[in-house]
Amino acid sequence: MAVKSSNMSRQRSIANNQPSGSFIRAIAAVIWKDLQAEFRSRELFSAMLVFSLLIILIFNFALELDIKTRQSVTSGVLWATFAFAGTLGLNRSMAIEKDRGCLDGLLLAPVDRSAIFFGKFISNLIFMISVEVIVLPIYSVLYNMNLFRSDVMLVILLGSIGYTSVGTLISAMSVQTRMRDILLPILLFPIVIAPLLAAVKATGGLLANVPFEEVQSPINLLIAYDIIFTAVAFMTFEYIVEE
Amino acid sequence: MQPKPTLLKIVDILAVVLLGISTYFALVKAPTELVMGQVQRVFYFHVGTAWTALLGFIFASVLSVIYLITKDLKWDGFQVAAIEVSLVFFLITIMLGSIWARPAWNTWWTWDPRLTTAAITELVYIAYFMLRQGIDDPDRRARFGAVYALLGGISAPITFFAIRLYRTIHPVVIGGSNPEAEGGFSMTPTMLTAMFVALIAFTFIFIDLYWNRIRLGNLQEKVEQLKLKVML
Repeated sequence: MAVKSSNMSRQRSIANNQPSGSFIRAIAAVIWKDLQAEFRSRELFSAMLVFSLLIILIFNFALELDIKTRQSVTSGVLWATFAFAGTLGLNRSMAIEKDRGCLDGLLLAPVDRSAIFFGKFISNLIFMISVEVIVLPIYSVLYNMNLFRSDVMLVILLGSIGYTSVGTLISAMSVQTRMRDILLPILLFPIVIAPLLAAVKATGGLLANVPFEEVQSPINLLIAYDIIFTAVAFMTFEYIVEE
Repeated sequence: MQPKPTLLKIVDILAVVLLGISTYFALVKAPTELVMGQVQRVFYFHVGTAWTALLGFIFASVLSVIYLITKDLKWDGFQVAAIEVSLVFFLITIMLGSIWARPAWNTWWTWDPRLTTAAITELVYIAYFMLRQGIDDPDRRARFGAVYALLGGISAPITFFAIRLYRTIHPVVIGGSNPEAEGGFSMTPTMLTAMFVALIAFTFIFIDLYWNRIRLGNLQEKVEQLKLKVML
């Protein structure tokens, strides 16, 4: 135990002595590793995408998305889709690390633990956004409404940041428990209800072309949530991966 | 077995007596509200349980931080006890509110920010216990529990603001007013007294249950250790 902790403090001191450039390099290395693995297997992205399209298909019939309902429920349908598809990606992304012992390898690397968190967070965000960027035009074509707008994209980016930062932290927890896949949505959803609701409100407002002042408060809330929870996740990640 | 500490016995008795006094104040002493009638009497216990449960949740978040800094399992025990008692108190708050809402709002439930936040808070802490159940290693269980309780504690107020973007009809009886609220009322001095008696009573009941729960946790741990000893 003593040896372990002295090792850990040595690692920490190595990490602290390194210039800040190496912190960014470590983050980039983690992201690059995830992207490369994904380019080769294409498991995560294709699963999330197909799952998203299936959810939209179910919503189409469950809510009877005719022209009138479409106006009011589009933002809700989109965010429900992203939230469900997101758990799929988060689960898989952490399960791969855990199953093949990659997480232990990552933790042995002489870099700050927070670099690993930011690496995983950003690569999860990239996966989520790339799915969203494909779902949006498909939805636009299917329902003949333009979702590809810069303001809508901004809200989607803000919502996704909050969702994945908490999601990365909680998926790191849930993969280490006995229930694993089942536990992630149960733990994650009550915490991310705030950004999801704010994002639905903001997206809905923008699509209904209300004046910007009316969507200002949900957007402010999204920004506040993103800052607070990225900071909390960054600070507590170390306690989650500690052995 | 360790005997129950004398102070705890005193608190036990005090809690029961205070509950009696508070019930008397709420049901007999306080005047009947003009518009809502007898059902308004639910309010005193509703506020009493809500107050203690919320304080308990905030207290648990503080204990999370203390545990993460000190890594002493003692604080984890304190935290579980606080969340467990608060969870039950909060459930009582929601149920009492529901009983009041049926005649006052003409519905058992509405998706108002306070009600929704309360429901989500309950779900957060139920998830907390599910998380703990899935982990065998006590240190890891304590660490994950502390982090998750902290996340839940921070997210609750933000969730409240997020739902307020939608709507509210919950009355604000103490401080401030909401013109769209339904079922609000102003309190007479006797009502105020009854409310404070309920607050004090439920604070004591909470402390009593909390203390007993910590004691139970310690005894549980002792039983586990004895079992291990027998098996070896």
